[in-house]
Amino acid sequence: MTLVEDAPPATAPVGKLVDQFQLGLDAPICLTWELTYACNLACVHCLSSSGRRDPDELSTEECKAVIDELQRMQVFYVNIGGGEPTVRRDFWELVDYATAHHVGVKFSTNGSRITPEVARRLAASDYVDVQISLDGATAAVNDVVRGEGSYATAVGAMQNLADAGFAGFKISVVITRENVSQLDAFKAIADQYGAQLRLTRLRPSGRGADVWDQLHPTAAQQRELYDWLMTHGEQVLTGDSFFHLAAFGEALPGLNLCGAGRVVCLIDPVGDVYACPFAIHDEFKAGNVRGAGGFAGVWRQSDLFTELRQPTSGGACSSCGHYDSCRGGCMAAKFFTGLPLDGPDPECVRGLGELSLAGLGDTVAPKPSLDHSRITRRTSVGPSAPEQTAAPVAFTPRRPDRACDENPLANFEPSPSSC
Amino acid sequence: MSTTAASEAMAFDNGRPWALSPQVALRPESFGALAYHFGTRRLSFLKSPTLLAIVESLGDQPSGIDACRAAGVSDEAMPSYEKALATLAASGMICERTAS
Repeated sequence: MTLVEDAPPATAPVGKLVDQFQLGLDAPICLTWELTYACNLACVHCLSSSGRRDPDELSTEECKAVIDELQRMQVFYVNIGGGEPTVRRDFWELVDYATAHHVGVKFSTNGSRITPEVARRLAASDYVDVQISLDGATAAVNDVVRGEGSYATAVGAMQNLADAGFAGFKISVVITRENVSQLDAFKAIADQYGAQLRLTRLRPSGRGADVWDQLHPTAAQQRELYDWLMTHGEQVLTGDSFFHLAAFGEALPGLNLCGAGRVVCLIDPVGDVYACPFAIHDEFKAGNVRGAGGFAGVWRQSDLFTELRQPTSGGACSSCGHYDSCRGGCMAAKFFTGLPLDGPDPECVRGLGELSLAGLGDTVAPKPSLDHSRITRRTSVGPSAPEQTAAPVAFTPRRPDRACDENPLANFEPSPSSC
Repeated sequence: MSTTAASEAMAFDNGRPWALSPQVALRPESFGALAYHFGTRRLSFLKSPTLLAIVESLGDQPSGIDACRAAGVSDEAMPSYEKALATLAASGMICERTAS
């Protein structure tokens, strides 16, 4: 994002842009829409605990009605995800419908359906952007999180997109303790395929809650990440993911605020509207697009969103000198680690979140309200063997004991070779 | 801003005819407007209603300066609007009209 700075006060009677956004807009700037809970992978950190399709997912006609509303509200584009959105039979029909109605589409995929033919079709449209998920710059680091074979699948998709001449597609990386050291390697992969790198934060949401303790970056790694982001500036996208790191000093590019229910939100596969993609919990559910007022009614009138747009005090953080930069961090990260919403982020750069977490003792953090995980997980995700079932990774689905020193990557040696 | 963009911004000529890129959609907001470029997929914020009025009328005015004046921009305020337009030109949000 860029801010087009402007204007002498006399002709610009508006306050700081961030303050405007805190109060909410008539329509979201950007909206995440998860089209299905079905997924052919079983990533250990899946935000939406996806796996099986929900029988109550929106029909094609209902999805088109949502798109009509988004067009009326002038939502320029939607970030479509899932689950794996491309497994929906009507996926391409919905993409075509959205772009024909001037709603741009950026969709996230594990790449399993990005064949050469699909890649050529995507390359031909200005209104469709693709984001390939990759959580390791090597198969070894990636596959332990996303499942065996998933690195090869993603690389195959990237190759198909590059061969089709699709410049500037996105490679989306969730930053973990295991891949922070690969930032330069990720950048090299992006450059190799003419893609743009997008880095986002690991949230303790969905199945991510089960692995967050072991996988979220250490304090030293947060600093390393911040410095790397400052060096690479606007070449690298972050979806405003790391605004909690702004307290290290200079703000990162982007809005640097929590936009939940103010400028962003999530529509889930069954039409429920949540404050943000990382907060799939009844506590953050504002309504459903099937309701009388549709999506616009939820966005403009729901009690939850109205409340989220009220000025916030900062609570326990209000006396902190960094509050203006980090604004208390991520609501979802606090909620799903059991921390109070008006206190520090669990990854507060001053270490205050860690202190709060230590003080929680045996308190049980809230669980996601929904879980569509498959009980058995597939070993192979490639088209060659899609039906195999087995437990591919050693992550346990339970929340690990904090005192436990169990490492999910035990017995696992990342290969030293680059991709 | 990269060096290239900075030099492009310096080369911006507000005396020339300009227009909103056909690939850009504007959404008016209380603070001004959101501008989204479907080609570059970049989102920008026009931080004043006056700037929005200028951008909307660019295509009908003989020059950037005329569009600014029509929106009520004083000579004193002109440099800041020229700077904003230069930024928009550098990111392809507005384009120079070659034929009129």
